[in-house]
Order: sequence, then structure tokens, then C-alpha cells
Amino acid sequence: MLSRVANSLYWMNRYLERADNTARLVDVNLQLLLDHRALDEKTLAGHWIPIVQSAGDENLFTSLHARATGKTVTEFLVFQPENTNSILAAVSQARENARMVRDQITSEVWEEINRLYLFLRSPAARQRLDSSPIEFFQEIKTSSLYLQGLTNATVLRNEGWLFQQVGKYLERADKTSRILDVRHASLPARGEPVPVSQAGALEWAAVLRSCSAWDAYKSIHGADVQPALVAEFLLLSPDFPRSVRFCVQWVNTLLRGISGVAADRFSNDAEKLAGRLLAELQFSTSEEIIDAGLHTYIDQLQTKLNDIGGALFQAYIFQTFLTPDNEQLQQQEEQQQQAAGAVTGR
Amino acid sequence: MAVSPAPTNSSCPPGSGSGLLPTVLSGYATEGFFDEMFLPDGTLRPHYRKFVSRFGTIPRAELDAKRGAIDALFLRQGITFNVYGDSQGTERIFPFDLLPRVIPAAEWEKLEAGLIQRITALNLFLHDIYHEQRILKDGVIPPYYVLSAKHFRREFVNFRVPGDIYIHVCGSDLIRGADGGYMVLEDNARCPSGVSYMLENRRAMRRTFPGFFDGTGVRPVDNYPAELYEVLRHIAPAGVADPTVVLLTPGPYNSAYFEHTYLARQMGIEIVEGRDLVVRDQRVYTRTTKGQQPVHVIYRRIDDDFLDPTVFRADSALGVPGLIHAYRAGNVSLANSIGTGLADDKVMYYFVPRIIKYYLDQEPLIPNVPTYLASEEKDRGYILDNLDKLVVKSANEAGGYGMLMGPHSTKAECEAFREKIVADPRNFIAQPMISLSRHPTFIEETNHCEGRHVDLRPYILYGQKTTVIPGGLTRVALRRGSLVVNSSQGGGSKDTWVLYADE
Repeated sequence: MLSRVANSLYWMNRYLERADNTARLVDVNLQLLLDHRALDEKTLAGHWIPIVQSAGDENLFTSLHARATGKTVTEFLVFQPENTNSILAAVSQARENARMVRDQITSEVWEEINRLYLFLRSPAARQRLDSSPIEFFQEIKTSSLYLQGLTNATVLRNEGWLFQQVGKYLERADKTSRILDVRHASLPARGEPVPVSQAGALEWAAVLRSCSAWDAYKSIHGADVQPALVAEFLLLSPDFPRSVRFCVQWVNTLLRGISGVAADRFSNDAEKLAGRLLAELQFSTSEEIIDAGLHTYIDQLQTKLNDIGGALFQAYIFQTFLTPDNEQLQQQEEQQQQAAGAVTGR
Repeated sequence: MAVSPAPTNSSCPPGSGSGLLPTVLSGYATEGFFDEMFLPDGTLRPHYRKFVSRFGTIPRAELDAKRGAIDALFLRQGITFNVYGDSQGTERIFPFDLLPRVIPAAEWEKLEAGLIQRITALNLFLHDIYHEQRILKDGVIPPYYVLSAKHFRREFVNFRVPGDIYIHVCGSDLIRGADGGYMVLEDNARCPSGVSYMLENRRAMRRTFPGFFDGTGVRPVDNYPAELYEVLRHIAPAGVADPTVVLLTPGPYNSAYFEHTYLARQMGIEIVEGRDLVVRDQRVYTRTTKGQQPVHVIYRRIDDDFLDPTVFRADSALGVPGLIHAYRAGNVSLANSIGTGLADDKVMYYFVPRIIKYYLDQEPLIPNVPTYLASEEKDRGYILDNLDKLVVKSANEAGGYGMLMGPHSTKAECEAFREKIVADPRNFIAQPMISLSRHPTFIEETNHCEGRHVDLRPYILYGQKTTVIPGGLTRVALRRGSLVVNSSQGGGSKDTWVLYADE
């Protein structure tokens, strides 16, 4: 498989997963506020700023919006062209990568990504978001699930598929950890958290719902929402398909699928780092994590995930694929003016 | 012949021989132009009868719905082109008209023979120019014109191209004038594009109107990718039994990128960008996740100038350093060959009838449009005196760029061209304004069919054998009165049906 193609497949899936996670995060938190009575500006900002931090760039946000409200944060995370992590930007990037490998993906997958992109760019998207945010986010989540189903049901289990899945699970692990980190301000820097209030419980439940983990969590712990249990579930659960451990388990397996190396060996840094992180997650307890401080732990975790992505790149892609500069774009456009439209005149 | 049950309309063209016309065509007027569908007296041409009889049975509302569905399909599939110079990434579909252009068998036979004659002569010409240059020594073409041509690659004189084929893929543009006679407007011998529209238009028509094809006897076009693949395999370097063929694209920002991915997928080959290829010991390899894999044939959709920054333009960000050395060493083949741009220089176009006569000792089966060379003193005088009546083109521009449409231009535009012509006469030719044939075309604004000017680009493949795909891309100038079928200037396209029979 061409290295560039592997790279595009990997990023196509990372961006789709990113859009999906952001959609859930915004959706759940918009709904959460419906449960509150009128909130003052400060409380409101206290609710939304961590979400901006989790899914985007806080400095960029404050430079664009004076106040953090449901409206401004939604705009920032959904449509804002300046925000390279907005849903629209992520879907655009996914489509751009898909376009580059059109010959490698099935037409069903391409058409759905293209459809989602065209929808998000159309005026209908904004109307839908204004009139019914739930439906709007549902559309994105459904599209993401549809794409995952299509991939699952129609794509050859070849190298390209492995790269796609690595992209998906690495992004998902990263996103789950970021969403869990949203409420870290309510915890002490280190050590056992104080019992949560009713409003606090709602916020932690929102964290679970943002990861589509609410039902799964309840089936194990009941409705007792405790930060330590939530952290344990989202970080260490071996069975929940969005937990960090579950995702890293997959990354580790998939990487060995690419190289053909046995599970207890490694042939490159990506495999070494993934195996090491998996072992760490398998042999950790939530007490240790809480003791060290959840936020600190998550910070380190994200660095480790990034390192796996970087090592993967080193191992298989070899060369950097820079965003083409203007000169190159212009040259691409200039080629073959014997184009379809190019009948010269009479 | 089934008689269409479509409702009558008193304003039908008189005597439309096939019975009744669908309402969408009622009141249609040829307005004195040569019309592809109707005779001057308003009678339907026989080869359109089967189509019209079926078309007429479709209720109007259904027709509108189908048109909308096709547009949505093209958009969803991403069959779009990027608007040149638009950095917003605006993508548009190439508007598609439901009424196909129909060509009867006997007419097509003549076109086919004429196109084969032309590509054969052009390949002989290119071989000669890059080797013995007999045609120059015999004084048939003044050497000055060839040696000064922008796309003449002197670096490749005496280089033996694989299979001795220069032009593998050609798309010659045909037009019909007021008397209905076909003429060649220009040859596209470098990287003609648009073939994916030909294929997708047919697919869309079959999908939307399966009933049209049943019993109408339309020749299929979908073997194009297979035929192209065969040509590409044919030119593989000697000794390579199972060559790896790739398609080299400038990248996703090129307006024909959709076509590149489409063709690659249909042929089952990999699409690569310059940065995916690496040359080592005069051999070309792809960079893959499992190391480097050899490549033997490159169907390149990049101009000569950009292929290799170490040989041609040093600033090329799209090419592959060392590619030309590998090519010269005979380790990789290119289609089309380097230097074919000479054949579509518009000054060379002027000489094509002579080229055919010289190499094949035949008269051209499809004539040229009368052409004046600005560098010939007599012609130049005529051109400068008649700028307001002529179409002036620069010799090496395509896509409607660098062109003056005299009758549609202002005095200032004419004067600007006069200066250019005087300053660089080698670079200009002029032709009379041809009144292109028209075809009924659905016009959204009036909700009715009106006559619009069309041309035709058939695709010719030259390998072990020469194949003209029965069909092509019919482009239509959607603006009333416009003669420019350019997609960026309000052009659209139609499916093109070549019939097995004459009606």
C-alpha cells in the first residue's frame, strides 16, 4: 500500500471519529443545561470553557467570542471556520483525505462522507441546528455509525483497513480521555474526591453520556455516579468499546496486524509503545490514578497516545506530507488545460 | 415503430414524421441553424425517432424529478470540477442535459475512419520529426514552424519511444457547420480529459431511463477503461511480462482529479502523485508501507514541463526527480509520450491535411476548419483587416484561454489582440466564426427545449490496434447564442449515442 494512501486512510478515520465525538460532547452539554434554572454568566462560562478546552483551542475561542454561552460554544465547535477542530473542519478534512484515496475506498463510503460534508456546508445544516439541535447532532452521529457499519460490512480486511482502524481507535482513546478531563476542575489535584453534589452528579453523568457510556456504566455501577468510578470505567474497562484501555488494546492488535509480528514482540516503536501502554492500563487501578491526580494522569496518557501516532508515522509513512503550498496548488490546477470544459473557441 | 401517446400540441413543428412530439419539444424552432435532431422543415431526423417515441411517454413531472435526481447523484458522487482560480473550493457539477445526441451508424463509420486516419498520420509525423525530419527536408512544412513550436522537445530527437507510439490517447474536437459537415476543430494530443463524463453520463442515463436503451440499439462505451489498460500494458518495457501500471495525477486540486481516480479505479491500477514515486538506479518505484515497489508504465496526467524538475521546469512540485532518466533508460514507459504537444500546436493543425497527404497519400476524411497563419504575411494582412469577423487563437493555449472571438468582442479587445499578433505572429492563428450545429436542450429558465450549440469530443486509443470509442463527450453551450461550450463558461454535456443502425 502506498504510504500516502495509508496516511490518508488513517487520517480520514481520525477526523471522522473526531467529528463524532465533538458532536456528542456538544449535544450532551446543551441538553444538560436544560436541567438547570437560569444560570449567571460566570456559572455558564464555568460549564462551557472546559468543553472548549477539551475539544478545541481556548485562546482561539476567546479571541473570537466575548462570552462562553451555549450559542457561542456550539458555533465554535460546529461551524467556526477558524477552528481546525470544529465538526465542519473535521468532516472537511476527512473528505479531503477520502478524496485523495477515492480509488481505495468503496463508493458507498465515499458517497456518505461526501453527503455529510455537503449537508454541513448547506444552509439546511444551520437551520437544523437552530430548530432542533438534537436532530442536528443525531444526523452526525448516525452518519458516523453508518460509516462504521459500512466499513465493517463492506471493506476488505487488508492493510488499508488496518490503518483506518488504528486511526479510529487512537482518536477515540484520545477523545475519551479528553472528555473525562472536562470536569477535572471539580476534583482535588491529587487524592480522593469529596462526595459529589446532585448537580455534580449530573455533570459526571454528562461525561458518561458524551462517551455514549451511560447505559453501559449503569449496567455495572447502577445510577451511583462517582468520579472515581467514572474514571475507572472510561479509562480501564476492558469491555466498554470506547474506554481508553479497550481502544489501546485494539491499536496494539491492529499494529501487529500491519507488521505480522507476534503479540509479545515488537518490530517498531509504535508497537513497543502501544504494548507498553496497554500493559500499564491492564495493570492499573483507579485508586492509583486518583492518587496521582486524574488530570496529570490524563495529560501523560495523551502524550503517550500522541507518541504512538508519531511512531506509526515514522515506521510506515517515512516522509512528511506537508499541506501543499500555494505554488503547488496552482501547479496542480494548471495541468491539462485540455480539460473537459476546455473547448477553445470558434 | 411505436407511436408516442404524448398529448398533441398545435405548435408542433409541422410534419414531424414520427408522430407526435413530446410537449417539452413542442414549438421548437431550428431558427435556420443546422439542427442535430430536426430537418430544416421541422421533421424529426430518422435516427432520433426511437428515442423521441420513448421520451414522449414520460410524464413531465417525472422528467423533472429524474433531472433533479441525476444532478443530485453527480453531486453526491463528487463528479464535480473545481472552478479555476477559486480558492474557496467551490465545486460544481458539469450540467447534464437529458436529451442525448444521436449519431447514426453510417455517419459514425465515416468519423471513425477519419479519426483513425488522423491519429495514424500524427503518430507518423511525430516519429518523423523526432527522427529523420523528412517532412521538413522535403519542404512540406517550413522547418521554422516545427523548430519554434513551444512543445517541440528537442531533447527527445532520436529517442525511440516504447512501441514507437507517441499519441496513445487522443481527444479530437469535432464540430459541424451550417451545412452539417463535420470538421476537426483541434487535436488534443497531450492529456485530453473528459472521458469520465462520457462514461458517467451513459451510466446516469441507463440508470435513469433503462427503457430508452431497450431496442434502440445504442453502442456501449464502457469498455474504454479496459481498452486503455490494454494500450498501457502494450507499451511496457521489454522483458516485463506483468507490468505494474500507475496513473500519475497532479493531485486532488486538479480539476480533472475525479477523472483520474475514476479511471484508476476502473482499470484497477494505483493512482499516484509525484511524491509517491522515487527513482533509484534509473528505475521507478512507489513508496509503500512495505518499502519500494517497481513501476513499469505511467499513464501521466501531468504536462511534460512538470514531469521531472531535474530536466524540465526546476520549480515543479508535482514531478519525480530522475523520472526522465529512467524513461530514457527504457525502464519505464509513459503515455502519452513526451513531445506530443507539438501535434496540437494550432499552427501544426494548419498543416495536418498536408501531413495526412504526405505520410498516407490520402485526402483528409474529416476536413479542418479554414485557418490563417498570422506569421504568413498574406494571411496576417487578412487577419488584421478582419479582426472583427474572425476567431483568433494563440497557438498553444487551450481551454478557451488566449482567444479572441471577433464578432463578440469590443473594439478595445480587438485592438489589444492586434498588438499581440503583430508582436508575436508565430503564436497566432485565425479562423472564420463557424455557426456550430445545434441540439434541442432543456433550458431551466424557460422550462422548455431550445436549440443550443454543441460540439463532440470522441476518444481515440492507439496501441496494438487503434480504437475509437463509439460515443464521446458532447458538450453544449447552455447560454443562448453562445458558441463556448467551456464548463467554466456555462457549458454542459450530453450523453452521445452511436447507433448500431441508421435509425
